[in-house]
Amino acid sequence: MHYTLHVNGQVHSVDVDSDTPLLWVLRDAVNLKGTKFGCGAGLCGACTVHLDGAPLRSCQMPISDVGKSTVTTIEGIGGTPVGARLQTAWLDVDVVQCGYCQPGQIMSAAALLTQSKTPSDDDIESAMNGNICRCGTYPRIREAIKQAARTHFGSAATEKRA
Amino acid sequence: MLHDRLSPNPAIQSADINVLGARPAGHGSRRDFLKVSAAAGGSLLLTFGLPSLATATAMDPEEGGTAILNAYVRIAPDNTVTIISKNPEIGQGIKTMLPMLIAEELDVDWKQVRTEQAILDPAHYGRQFAGGSMATPLNWDPMRKVGAAARQMLVMAAAQSWKVAESECETASGQVRHKSSGRTISYGALAAKAATLAVPDLDSVKLKDPQDYKIIGHSIPGVDSPLVVKGAPLFGIDTVVPGMLYAVFQKCPVFGGKVVSVNLDAIRALPGVSHAFIVEGGTNLNGLMPGIAIVADSWWRADKARRKLEVKWDEGATSQQSSEGFARQAAELGGKTPALSLQNAGDVVAALKGAARVVEATYTYPFLAHAALEPMNCTAHVQGGKAEIWAPTQNPEPGRKLVAQTLGLDEKDIVVHMTRVGGGFGRRLANDYMVEAAWISKVAGVPVKLVWNRSDDIQHDFYRPAGWHFLKGGLDENGKLIAWQQHFVSFGRNGKFAPAADLSANSYPAGRVPNLSYGASLIPLGVPTGPLRAPGDNALAFVFESFIDEMAHAAGTDPLQFQIDLLGKAELLPGKGVGFNTGRARGVLEKVREVSGWGKRGLPARTGLGVAFYYSHFGYFAEVVEVAVANDGQVKINKVWAVGDIGSHIINPSAALNITQGGILDGFGEALNQQITIENGRVVQANFDTFEPLRMSQAAPIEVHFLTTDNSPTGLGEPPLPAAIPALCNAIFAATGKRIRALPIDPATLKA
Repeated sequence: MHYTLHVNGQVHSVDVDSDTPLLWVLRDAVNLKGTKFGCGAGLCGACTVHLDGAPLRSCQMPISDVGKSTVTTIEGIGGTPVGARLQTAWLDVDVVQCGYCQPGQIMSAAALLTQSKTPSDDDIESAMNGNICRCGTYPRIREAIKQAARTHFGSAATEKRA
Repeated sequence: MLHDRLSPNPAIQSADINVLGARPAGHGSRRDFLKVSAAAGGSLLLTFGLPSLATATAMDPEEGGTAILNAYVRIAPDNTVTIISKNPEIGQGIKTMLPMLIAEELDVDWKQVRTEQAILDPAHYGRQFAGGSMATPLNWDPMRKVGAAARQMLVMAAAQSWKVAESECETASGQVRHKSSGRTISYGALAAKAATLAVPDLDSVKLKDPQDYKIIGHSIPGVDSPLVVKGAPLFGIDTVVPGMLYAVFQKCPVFGGKVVSVNLDAIRALPGVSHAFIVEGGTNLNGLMPGIAIVADSWWRADKARRKLEVKWDEGATSQQSSEGFARQAAELGGKTPALSLQNAGDVVAALKGAARVVEATYTYPFLAHAALEPMNCTAHVQGGKAEIWAPTQNPEPGRKLVAQTLGLDEKDIVVHMTRVGGGFGRRLANDYMVEAAWISKVAGVPVKLVWNRSDDIQHDFYRPAGWHFLKGGLDENGKLIAWQQHFVSFGRNGKFAPAADLSANSYPAGRVPNLSYGASLIPLGVPTGPLRAPGDNALAFVFESFIDEMAHAAGTDPLQFQIDLLGKAELLPGKGVGFNTGRARGVLEKVREVSGWGKRGLPARTGLGVAFYYSHFGYFAEVVEVAVANDGQVKINKVWAVGDIGSHIINPSAALNITQGGILDGFGEALNQQITIENGRVVQANFDTFEPLRMSQAAPIEVHFLTTDNSPTGLGEPPLPAAIPALCNAIFAATGKRIRALPIDPATLKA
């Protein structure tokens, strides 16, 4: 089946089975490898993308259900202010160990910070609990999210003063 | 060039992999290589090989005048220094750390440095693996000497150009400076000349005074992290090779089972499927096992086709095995005399008879899977008697050997690219996925990317073996531990332990309890076992350190003080590496007492502190856990204090802290969440719902301190993990009075 897919501001035409999960369309048809396969069952969060801005486990979404929605992946999230801040914070805090889960972590964190400018520890936990980090970088993920939130708060305050 | 024998550059988009694909490290005799070889006692000998040096040109024509000083260092005219990391990167930070050691002694600024992943080339790099927390102890001296030798050649080149004595020159930030005249010249300008000079004897090179370190001991962020956070295709699973197809491999759910018949024709008729065939395989659980390969034009189609398989399996003898059956056998064997005597000091039977107090307990722990987040995968192209492989492996050299033997190839005809690895934990020390990919590529006649699904991963692992320990401890009238009897029921046959299922005769508290016996009995096992992060110790620490805690409570002594008293005077006891240093163990315990406020803080009801220490893979860790147990039995870890002694330097503090916290959290995940159950010779669990790694909500804050001691630096992949489990269990006892003697922790047993 032919599908037209809107990913990171670009239009892709793909020819795949209608039941192909968005994850595998992104990875193997569009050749965006940042979205990761971890469990195939929506249990680990490695495949998290945004569909019209909302977080989604792309391994659970057949391409036939994507329709005209716009997809943002880890390769595109740096183009948003929240995504860019998170990527910077991730590097400042030196979060990464193996790094395999981190695209999904950043996508979940970006959805959180888009919803909530200054999330509490509980907010962070409930937004991030579906993302497994097998290396256990959770303390740094938490710290990086807080740092990105602070950066935002700082920039918002600056804007107000200006 | 090596890789050109098969295919053009891999299309993988990683900058690092691309560079490698374009320029494999093995240029042969054009370069003077370091020779590395294993010496007796496990240390490494490192010398420069000097074959045909007189005729060698060390200029690399492909890189516009870049000079190659040795197998690890290239310096470009613009003073960019490229440093090769020889070992696989599995998240332990090796691609940052090994180059740090070289860069320090080379005396360059880190901002000049680019790092590059080596391909598998043990002739030039020695052993290339990630395991056993071995990279630091094996490479601390050799990598620094590599850097120092290169620096010495650059100084020599400058001195010759200036016609001055080398002793009149000094270096800093990638420049040589003539002290009296103040003249300077960059390494980049010197490199071409330096590369023509004789390579110094590595034993003669002068190393820096550690006080002058500018890189070692300073936090350097992971070199690939900027690519990771953007989703760049760095991992094995991201590999793309022109013309490749996608493969899945269905093995018998029962370990060792064979294919009797399968509906291959129906599978071949499915959309996108290009090949479906039976792989005969062998009986070596570490090698190519029997199964059915399906190759398709997308992974989704290959995996979907698999769901239509109708296979008749010959399940074999292992189908009779189960966790329940093992437990029954263990209980039976535990009541008998051990079949094997491992350690026998004093007279433990008499000492128990004469003891003022005897404590008896049985400890048990389950099989565990590794569950690295990147599923097992490998890309292979086998053609015309040659092979090129892209593998996320911890241990590429045995993988290449396995592929050579199984496919009947010559090892020198197999190129192995080491990709970034999405988690190892010991799973990828085995290379079953590598030989599967190679075999499928050979039969299909095309490059294939084999990707396992999560069920494959959890159900076809090399498991941390389960175990049962039957213990008796005796105290004298002063509360001193005088007797320790331990019967370990483990797996194996003919008096030989299964992989990762053994117990060392020297395990502490051997050497500190006057009457002590360790014995073992073995249950035959058809389930593959292997090393999981901190192999052996990840289970044994729970047993030893929990039972010592039990003895402390029985003696009415503060558990931390009991540990310190038991360690006694500082001395070296027989053990791994140079041995077990009781003084270093005391050091970390005393420090953790101080930083955790042990014994000095009032705690709410059902909240408690537990302590444990462990000597694992040359490192010493003492950990205190504060836990709160709710009335419904749910365990919440409030805080952890960890103190480590891994020698004189913490090479990369940020990475050290990260991996220490990760190791401790990994231990908590095992203790709280995880078990693998065998039924009818197969694994019951299949995904993260039934085998769940630790999640953020369970990740407690962990305060880490390092003691620096006058010992050569050692690694951190394993040492922080083992103590975490007994420290948690001992804290639960302190909070509830209930002793955890079986893992994983069952909240139902902890209700108020």
